[in-house]
Amino acid sequence: MSVYNQPRKRVIQFIFLGMVVLIMTRLFFLQVVEKKYSKLADANAVLRKVVYPSRGIIFDRKGRSILSNDIMYDLVVTPINVKNIDTAYMCQILNITKEEFRKRITASILKNGSRRVSVFAPLLSPEAFGKLQESMYMFQPGFELVPRQIRSYPFAAAANILGYIGEISPQMMQRPQYADYNQGDYLGMTGLERTYEEVLMGQRGIQYLVKDNLNRPQGPYEHGEFDTAAIAGKNLRLSLDVDLQVLGEHLMRNKIGSVVAIDPQTGGILSMVSAPTFDPNLLTGSFRARNFSRLFTDTTKPLFNRAIQAGYPPGSSMKPLTALIALDEGVITPSYGFPCFGAYTYCGRPIACTHHNAGHAANLRLAIANSCNAYFVHLYRLEVDAPKWGGVKKGHQKWHDYISSFGLGHRLGIDIPSESGGKAIDTAGMNKLYRGQWNSCSELYVGMGQGQVVATPLQMANAMCIIANHGSYYVPHFVSSIDNDNTHLLDKYKEKHVVAHVSDTSYRSVIYGMEDVVEKGTGMIARIDNIIVCGKTGTAENNAIVNGKLTKLKNHSVFVAFAPRDNPKIAIAVIVENAGFGATYAAPIASLMIEKYLNDTISLKRKPQMMKTLNDVTIDPVVREKSKLDSLNGASAKMTTEQILKLYFPNN
Amino acid sequence: MMNRRQQLKLTEGIDWPIMGLYLALVFVGLLSIFAAEYREGDNIWNDIIHLNKNYSRQIMWLGVSAILATIIWLTDSKFFTATANLLYAGGILLLLLVIAIGKDVKGSHSWLVIGGFQFQPAELTKLCTNLALAKYLSSLETDFTKLRSRLIAAALALIPCAIIILQDETGLALVYFSFFLVMYREGLPAVLLVIAFSGIVLVLSALLVDKNILFYIFTGITALVIYFMRRDIRRHRSKLALILGVYAFCSVFVMFIVPFAFTKVLKDYQVKRINVMLGKENDPKATYNTRQSMIAIGSGGVIGKGYLKGTQTRYDFVPEQSTDFIFCTVGEDFGFLGSLIFIGLYVALLLRIIFVAERQRSTFSRVYAYGVASIIFFHMAINISMTIGLAPVIGIPLPLVSYGGSSLMTFTMLIFIMLRLDADRQMVLR
Repeated sequence: MSVYNQPRKRVIQFIFLGMVVLIMTRLFFLQVVEKKYSKLADANAVLRKVVYPSRGIIFDRKGRSILSNDIMYDLVVTPINVKNIDTAYMCQILNITKEEFRKRITASILKNGSRRVSVFAPLLSPEAFGKLQESMYMFQPGFELVPRQIRSYPFAAAANILGYIGEISPQMMQRPQYADYNQGDYLGMTGLERTYEEVLMGQRGIQYLVKDNLNRPQGPYEHGEFDTAAIAGKNLRLSLDVDLQVLGEHLMRNKIGSVVAIDPQTGGILSMVSAPTFDPNLLTGSFRARNFSRLFTDTTKPLFNRAIQAGYPPGSSMKPLTALIALDEGVITPSYGFPCFGAYTYCGRPIACTHHNAGHAANLRLAIANSCNAYFVHLYRLEVDAPKWGGVKKGHQKWHDYISSFGLGHRLGIDIPSESGGKAIDTAGMNKLYRGQWNSCSELYVGMGQGQVVATPLQMANAMCIIANHGSYYVPHFVSSIDNDNTHLLDKYKEKHVVAHVSDTSYRSVIYGMEDVVEKGTGMIARIDNIIVCGKTGTAENNAIVNGKLTKLKNHSVFVAFAPRDNPKIAIAVIVENAGFGATYAAPIASLMIEKYLNDTISLKRKPQMMKTLNDVTIDPVVREKSKLDSLNGASAKMTTEQILKLYFPNN
Repeated sequence: MMNRRQQLKLTEGIDWPIMGLYLALVFVGLLSIFAAEYREGDNIWNDIIHLNKNYSRQIMWLGVSAILATIIWLTDSKFFTATANLLYAGGILLLLLVIAIGKDVKGSHSWLVIGGFQFQPAELTKLCTNLALAKYLSSLETDFTKLRSRLIAAALALIPCAIIILQDETGLALVYFSFFLVMYREGLPAVLLVIAFSGIVLVLSALLVDKNILFYIFTGITALVIYFMRRDIRRHRSKLALILGVYAFCSVFVMFIVPFAFTKVLKDYQVKRINVMLGKENDPKATYNTRQSMIAIGSGGVIGKGYLKGTQTRYDFVPEQSTDFIFCTVGEDFGFLGSLIFIGLYVALLLRIIFVAERQRSTFSRVYAYGVASIIFFHMAINISMTIGLAPVIGIPLPLVSYGGSSLMTFTMLIFIMLRLDADRQMVLR
């Protein structure tokens, strides 16, 4: 039988070997021929972890950090390890209900699975953190405290300038400049945080970790030889003076408007207030989302940076520029006088002037000091109708070119985003507005800063720099230097722009006129002992559409100035919306800020003035009613006038 | 004197090649289980002592297996022929007992829990069945050329198989079909192998090709066969009946039986696994195991990543990596060359067993040895094919390598009984 079955042994051996050959062939293709499996294996097992560097710190001009980093703690949970804990106690610490506790655990499991770590309570308040840290042993290993870096604003000031960081949105991620960002990364959304994102963010490091099938890190990959270290973000040094900034925010409380102060010699911005403002720390901590929506929906628009985004009619503060253009074109000399008797009547409907006495516009200096409307609308007409242009259209275009070179009607290029360009109508715009049928009378109001000319507070302050510098300016900016800078971000702010080659004599007549404004004219309230302030008040008429009808609103109070007259150190523009005369509201604010900046203190005799300014409320009562501002504006709204005054006059 | 001689020559008659291959496979198995579990910094000795890792428990099972092997080696060969039927009956009773009081582990109702240890009788009954089959085929009353004897032999193999299917342990149940290879060796007509092979082809084609198209193909083939065999058919009318019968069976099988089996008999997950293996379905969840296993093995390359360097097997990407997917560790850490050597060990073992089987004088010993070879072959082929995507995921262990006490002890006993029988090959055992 054994012999009979010999071939069957062969068949069985053949079956065995046949199967083995089949397996071997398959293995050969799998392991030797096909290359994709090792890539798939790496994708499976290597975890690329981004190591976030700490963001750069922002210092003011005196080296005080006004935007730095702080540590807050997240409570994180690994659901599978949560066993036998005192849920009631934890709920009590976190101030949540047991249902909420269960809901969060379920949400964590749904989101990341029960073996991976999820955030249970983000950015704990200091009290909750303190209590949890003491009793953490009771909740481990299911719960842990994990530090997280957040931005903090030690002076709670300059919210709109510094900006805030936020999570990158899917739309942003599609843009090429954000190619390096991953979902969930934070980046600067507004202000300096955004403009200087590339230097502030530093260089992210990459750590390669071996992971298991549940994505849990198991240790460094190849002993970390492919890792790159994170490099901290670079620090920014600003021209901003945080003391001046805080003072400006105090003075602008309960008002809507803006203050911009610039160092004319460098273009560095000393202070930029947009009122109402808010405590920037509201947008970093545990209640970021809630606070953001409250700020966003507030009727006073605290997130809107009025200093660079809002356009105002410059009003009388425009008059020095009109004068400079006329001087540069040669249509007048500083001694040019205009017989004004209380109105300008050459263009049909008379334009009222606040002065009636003869000789209040007998020369340029007087006309500026007395802010004669008739004088300056007439200058505009002289400029555009000058015979050398051969027509008003060419003349107006020439006027527009001047205005443009003074920085109006276009963006200046400040180093925070969302700047608005304002408006200065050119010939094409006039043709469109009047269907080609117009003359120098049509928009002569632009000569006195009304009508088809709109400027941002930044542009007004910059125009002051030009006058202060006798015809030159630097693009206004915040950042004076970046530590270890190797970028070209600041190059454009080092370039000097020269405009209007008016002679020094001509400049002097304008400047003396402005000096007179403060010494004996409309802006006497702005006088400071021992400092020659050159200023110009403005009372800007403005209209808005209310209930579908164009309605004239209360005038904006405007004041522009620079000081001292010789070798100026500060140029400033103040606008208080719908407040009234420029001299009443804007001028004292500008004056107090100039004094503070130049003398580093405010003299005691100005305390009553400061008290009045702090107590002034110019917000429309209806708007104020609807605004959530008081509960949000932590920095100055919560303080009483006495408390604020105590800061500046500690001994009295 | 005799006693003394036995003591001196305790290892006399042992087949060293098989012994060596056995030890080699067990050793590779232990290394692989260790590699699948060990993490840097683990306290190995502590883990071994506390039996809290698979490899430490496997070491314990190796100890138990060594004791069992020694006991078997010291047992008289006649004991196995004498108790074969008894053991078989006991095995069947045990299987039925499992259905009554067994415990569910991973969806199969095939485990007994004894003193904290889980035990799978379906493993052990392979041994009982093999002994009973050897006993039956070697008995003087059996004439294996008779249909009745063949049916009885088939029943011996299929009864435990049926009970195990009832336990939802389809993988191990399939192993019992390997006894047909033994029966073939003992004279089962070759045509049955051909029919079995054709059957597999038929099932596969029924699954892969649209049944209507298949029906047209069958009709065409039948017409051609009748045309070419028209002279034969004129002479023997019965041939026409046979051809038409086969044609009818194939058509009915493809048109009705396979769809019926797939919708009514097989479980959803089984259908899914088969579909995944055939590439008809690409459900990422269902393909996860096979996919991860193929990534692990494929990423090993030609020479492998090195022992304990595999990223896939070490970080739990491959499921069941100590038991059913243990081959992944070999494939990833040692690559194609390692796999070649590893499978070579099995091939050497199988061929050596056939060699040993053929030198037996007793039919009992020969049938038994062929049974051992068939079982090992079936396990090895299905298991490795499964890990490389050649076969659907069928949960059966890799002999001597996979983690698991039941499996290790069963294969140890299978092999050592064979070694005992081989040592006594001069005796005629019935």
